[in-house]
Amino acid sequence: MSTLPSQPGIRRRRRADPSFWLLAGLASLILAFLYLPVVVLIVFSFNDNIVTTLPLKGFTWHWYQAMLANEDMLAAIGNSLYVATVATALTLVIGVPAAFAIDRADFPGKTAFRRLVMLPLTLPGIITGISMLNMFRMLGFNLSLETVIMGHGTALIAIVVTQVYARLQRFDRRLEEASGDLGGKPWQTFLMVTLPNIRSAVIGSGLLAFTLSFDEIPVTFFLTGRDNTLPMYIYSTLRRGITPEINAIGTIIVVVSLGLIFLSISLLRDPQRRPASAKPG
Amino acid sequence: MKLAARRRLANLGVLAPPLLWTMLFMFVPYAIMFAYSFYRKQFPIFIPDIQFGNYLLLLTDPQYYTVLLRTLKIALLVALASLFLAYPLAYFLVFKIRSARVRAGLYMAVIVPLWVSYLLRAYTWKTILGSQGVLNSFLVWTGLLSEPTDLLLYNQFSVVLTLTYIFIPFVVMPIYTALEKIPRNLVEASHDCGVGPVQTFLSVTLPLSVPGILAGVTFAFCLTFGDFVAPTLVGGPNATMIASVIQSQFGTALNWPLGAALSIVVLIIVLAIISLSDRFERAGRLNLG
Repeated sequence: MSTLPSQPGIRRRRRADPSFWLLAGLASLILAFLYLPVVVLIVFSFNDNIVTTLPLKGFTWHWYQAMLANEDMLAAIGNSLYVATVATALTLVIGVPAAFAIDRADFPGKTAFRRLVMLPLTLPGIITGISMLNMFRMLGFNLSLETVIMGHGTALIAIVVTQVYARLQRFDRRLEEASGDLGGKPWQTFLMVTLPNIRSAVIGSGLLAFTLSFDEIPVTFFLTGRDNTLPMYIYSTLRRGITPEINAIGTIIVVVSLGLIFLSISLLRDPQRRPASAKPG
Repeated sequence: MKLAARRRLANLGVLAPPLLWTMLFMFVPYAIMFAYSFYRKQFPIFIPDIQFGNYLLLLTDPQYYTVLLRTLKIALLVALASLFLAYPLAYFLVFKIRSARVRAGLYMAVIVPLWVSYLLRAYTWKTILGSQGVLNSFLVWTGLLSEPTDLLLYNQFSVVLTLTYIFIPFVVMPIYTALEKIPRNLVEASHDCGVGPVQTFLSVTLPLSVPGILAGVTFAFCLTFGDFVAPTLVGGPNATMIASVIQSQFGTALNWPLGAALSIVVLIIVLAIISLSDRFERAGRLNLG
């Protein structure tokens, strides 16, 4: 509390702070810049005109109806859901044990393993996609949605590993020892003590992986066969020209991903205030 | 003994799937790509022929090294532009917003666009900047332009703008974290010593936020360096970037060995930038004690 005497001084200085309004203005401009495209996307999905020009014409649901009637697009959405779901399951099945291995196990080549797992997080997606394409071709694999899933799984493991590893680092391991001392078998300890404590990190990183997989282009581009995912469909449509249908599906994607984002962020937030023991399985 | 053996077996069970997966889907593919970069194209196949022809071609044919230099330039511009936009934003949030709740809310508002579809955000710039787009029609509507201009889209400017827009949140995040870590009493002490706000910023806040700046700039640079979607959507022939060239080598040009060599070059540049920024950051940390 030795800072108390200086407190009024700080307040006075802040109130008369001319840089506050300057920075506030700048920050609002940058935020407006960040949201301008999102607003444009949503507004023009309801605009009764085939070109995205101002002034706006009338309100219409037409582009949403056109979208629902577009079978190629619906098939692409289905493909994307399939890819993202299986790829997410895959990242969890591989990523959670990998996080455990990095946190606890000691084995030769551990540093190399950690670097390798993290690599797709820093390398451009095109590198991951192309290197896997090389291998699939060498092995004589046909490209399909399944090869896309393997690509997404590989590229997104790092997301799960970083989040789960961070949570494991803060996890009090004495809880596991206590469980062992009370006669719990290792698998019981894992299911009833360890897993509940990292559960939100697992689910949160899973949701994040799902969102990213649903949006992925570079890896998909090289690993997909005849079937398109939704971003690939949009990407190839865009090169032919723009239709407001894309704005409609875009608006839906924005709304759905906002929901998923808030869900995953609230799960990834560290439940520090609650004592760990207050969360039995 | 028995227990130790069983534990080792359990460890192996946990370890085996991720180890096998990383070997098969990361190590082997990178190794194959490296090998391919020494192959030679001989229509319609590629033959193993250990030579450095592909790399030599990249360094001597202007068709390739100009694109490489242009990509470096664009990535640098994007990194700097997003730094100049992200820093004031992060600074404002950390030092000027007093309510923790408002600060957290605004921070969320900044990073949320990061997850709202990369593709859609790149594509929307096309609808904004195009000659039949939002900005043009707005300028004509208000009378600032007499007719739409096509100068806004399909050039290096539109690529830099779009990528800057896309990567700003990546730069805000580490700078925000770095600024948040600065002990407030250091800033107060500087004020109490009679140092003005500008000098305090330059000699206390800015140096202490260097790790965040480095991390953010590195993110933006590396992400830009390997991007081919934005250049395809909003770039013109003068804005071709290296990843687009790689893409065409694996597509229409059908020269996988050359594409692999280009990929290896990108991989090396990205890894070099990352380790360089790591080293700078560590050196900076030592200096500041």
